[in-house]
Amino acid sequence: MNKIICACGHENPEGTVLCGNCGRPLTEEAENLKLVDMRYEGSARRSQTYNKSIVDKIWNFFSSVRVGVWLIVIILVAAAIGTILPQVLYVPATVEADIAAYYERVYGTFGKIYYELGLSDLYGSWWFQTLIGMLGISLIVASLDRVIPLYKSLKKQRTRRHESFMKRQRLFAIGENKLGEETLTRSEQKLTELGYHVKREDGAVLGERGRFSRWGPYINHLGLIIFLFGVMLRALPGFYVDETMWIREGETRAIPETPGFYLESKEFILETYDKDQADDVFDEAIDRVGTIASNYQTDVVLYKKPEDALPGQTDKLEEVKKDSIQVNEPLKFDGFAVYQMDFRLDELRTMHFDLSNKASGESLGELSIDLVEPETHYDLGNGAEVELLRYYPDFSGFEDGEPQTKSPVPNNPAFLVKMTTPETPEGETSFVAIKQTVEPFGENEFKLEFKNVDTRDVSGLTIRKDKTLWILALGGLIFMIGVAQGSYWNHRRIWIHETKDGRLAVAAHTNKNWLNVKKDLDAVTEAASLPPYDDQQDLEALEEKKDGEKSS
Amino acid sequence: MTLVSISGNLLFIAFVCYLVATLFFGGAVKGSKTETTNFEKRWGRIGIVVTIIGFISNLGYFVTRWIAAGHAPVSNLFEFTTAFGMMIVGAFILIYFLYKTPLLGLFALPIAIIIIGFASMFPRDINPLIPALKSYWLYIHVITAALGESILAMSAVAGLIYLTKNIDLTKKSKQRFWLEAVMFTLVLTLGFVAASSTFKFMDYEASFNYIDKEQKAEEITYDMPPIFGMNEYEALTPGTMEPLAETPPIVNAKKLTTVTWSLIFGIVLYGLIRLIIRKPISALLQPLAKKANSQLMDEIGYRAVLIGFPVFTLGALIFAMIWAQEAWSRFWGWDPKEVWALITWLFYAAFLHLRLSKGWQGEKSAWLAVIGFIIIMFNLIAVNLIIAGLHSYA
Repeated sequence: MNKIICACGHENPEGTVLCGNCGRPLTEEAENLKLVDMRYEGSARRSQTYNKSIVDKIWNFFSSVRVGVWLIVIILVAAAIGTILPQVLYVPATVEADIAAYYERVYGTFGKIYYELGLSDLYGSWWFQTLIGMLGISLIVASLDRVIPLYKSLKKQRTRRHESFMKRQRLFAIGENKLGEETLTRSEQKLTELGYHVKREDGAVLGERGRFSRWGPYINHLGLIIFLFGVMLRALPGFYVDETMWIREGETRAIPETPGFYLESKEFILETYDKDQADDVFDEAIDRVGTIASNYQTDVVLYKKPEDALPGQTDKLEEVKKDSIQVNEPLKFDGFAVYQMDFRLDELRTMHFDLSNKASGESLGELSIDLVEPETHYDLGNGAEVELLRYYPDFSGFEDGEPQTKSPVPNNPAFLVKMTTPETPEGETSFVAIKQTVEPFGENEFKLEFKNVDTRDVSGLTIRKDKTLWILALGGLIFMIGVAQGSYWNHRRIWIHETKDGRLAVAAHTNKNWLNVKKDLDAVTEAASLPPYDDQQDLEALEEKKDGEKSS
Repeated sequence: MTLVSISGNLLFIAFVCYLVATLFFGGAVKGSKTETTNFEKRWGRIGIVVTIIGFISNLGYFVTRWIAAGHAPVSNLFEFTTAFGMMIVGAFILIYFLYKTPLLGLFALPIAIIIIGFASMFPRDINPLIPALKSYWLYIHVITAALGESILAMSAVAGLIYLTKNIDLTKKSKQRFWLEAVMFTLVLTLGFVAASSTFKFMDYEASFNYIDKEQKAEEITYDMPPIFGMNEYEALTPGTMEPLAETPPIVNAKKLTTVTWSLIFGIVLYGLIRLIIRKPISALLQPLAKKANSQLMDEIGYRAVLIGFPVFTLGALIFAMIWAQEAWSRFWGWDPKEVWALITWLFYAAFLHLRLSKGWQGEKSAWLAVIGFIIIMFNLIAVNLIIAGLHSYA
């Protein structure tokens, strides 16, 4: 590797812009600038040094801030496109064909194109995830490429810098040394008072504070990298569980993906705001909107299967705890959380019928059919009997004379029954549905008369386990520390030199917040009678000053 | 007087104070020659005192409404937007004490006034909380996010001053056009306020039956004369205007009508302003902005992003994720509001990285700050009203 040897004799690695020792500009470009680029003063970034092998080229690509910004912008635009229409997740359809149909039906041709292009599942697409991955690589490479040279350059700072370095700083002053020796002593004192770390060497003072803020960006990038790593881990089995379960009042069910946990639903509760009971200030809103829900809750008992229980054996469950699952208050156990997400009210549970004589209206007894586990024989006594030949839980009509059921859920139960009474010992067949009776083999003497129905509510619960949460939280915390460190503190340096011709040169630099470094420099200028400085970037102030000088 | 009406009155007092303070800041800027004359100091001091009185009154509104409702008043669009306006004033006070520049007040307060005026066009009644909002994270998440956004908005204010000062308005240019477009958008917001107030004053109401995108029959009530009718609409209120056009089912014609009326009122308003002042609004403001120091405005713009970005990250992303994990079982679900918070965050991240590169200071940076504010407002208004999602509580 070639070395660049500065006029002061210091050897700098290739790619260095400002001499690491004295701060002289080393490239022609740097020499032509009015103000120096202070970001990595005096050290070389890897990306500026090597550009030969393929590794170098990849490294250089990802280390570039420009590439990073482009990645951010592309992700930003893609993310925005994904919000034009609802994503698949929020569409009321689950089967691929239904989803496609939904987009076309609701959003027309645009919806169809949106779906065909895969924009309806944009955030899960391979290319979006690749972009995020590239941003992650960019975070790592760009940080490494910069943090090491920055660390080196700040560590080996010299107190005295070359005049060409000084005069290219944004805040700069040169002038008479009014107090002689006393100047540097007073400056030193004032800077210390202002909280600066001060070094003094052969006629030069360097005051520095808030250097740690320079690490802020790298710390927040580390936090982001940890966060993205945590997100990636979720793809591995065992780290992440996302299941749903529907549970009816009175039911006990195994909680999916958990090691032997069972849940019993005691009751589902839906509460709404009532004008009489709620605070009066809510009356207008309730009038305007109508019904406003106040609580969704499932009262549950959590059980655990004993260690020695056989698979499928559920009679010896041990109670773990009773709890009320509400929105915002999930049930938590053993790293799992169960959330109240959805509900269905009044699912049919039991239907009650009366077997009666059509002509006389005389009742032969009542029967109750459990709609989840119906029995086949119902003995009403006195020789009357009802046999359940077929059960259609979700009756949807006849097809070729055969009754059909849409689903196994008892939304619209229908039965094919055989009624036997002392008067009709051969039995009569009847098809009984809600508000509908069909007598397929001619007129019957008896009928099953619908009396009433018991219902129960169903709770929709989501079961989650996320072992990566602590990694994400750690990443978030580190990010916040880094971003606060870099934003709320700033690195300020003030150089005060006696020049060879006995004058005084003053320069100041900060990475952010020029207001404060100016305040500090004002204080030192006053305390040590330093020459007044110019903000070389504030052209308007310079101009005004020039005008002022001309007119006076 | 009930607590609710006290609360309303305090908000009104705050509103008036901000108007008065704007005038004082205007006086401070207009009367000054260089940055710090006594005249400017005096008027500027009165301006900031009036602003602070208004802000205290505004806080009073917030606290009394909180007590009356039993929950922080950030649970619907009126409450959130009003809180956002209040926090913009808070952020302005913070920046004022850092940089002591009355010019910032002259631009920041009108923006806060427009935002509060805009907010009050939405239903103002106090809602009881739906189950999803019943969590102390509502206060933590929403208040921190709004605070972050309001500080970021200060960056746009500084940017706007920078642009008004530095863009050459004597020559035709893209910059001149877009600067005036920003001013026009602000007038459009006033157009919305004017249209809503006018029709509210007239007590306008017209109901329709229509068929929605799921083929279901629904009913809808317009509070402005229906320019556009819903899909297969059928008028229910006799004696009201017949819609000029019918829209396909995916378009909400009521919202489209509101937007159209706002545009009409806004354009008329803008036309009137132009007729009176006889030049573009940006040209009217330029002499005032000329008093600014560009370097200082650039620094305020950058500093506001530096202060606001961590607060925004904490409120709009981190607290949001913690709450989402508690309420919705996942910390992130690509809900439109979440996505737009991420977009806002990415945008300001890009802003901060671009500041590192040469040439992205000054004018370019000022444009970015203005665009950032537009993204924030888009997330506040459009995502709530146009893109439906889990956050559409208003």
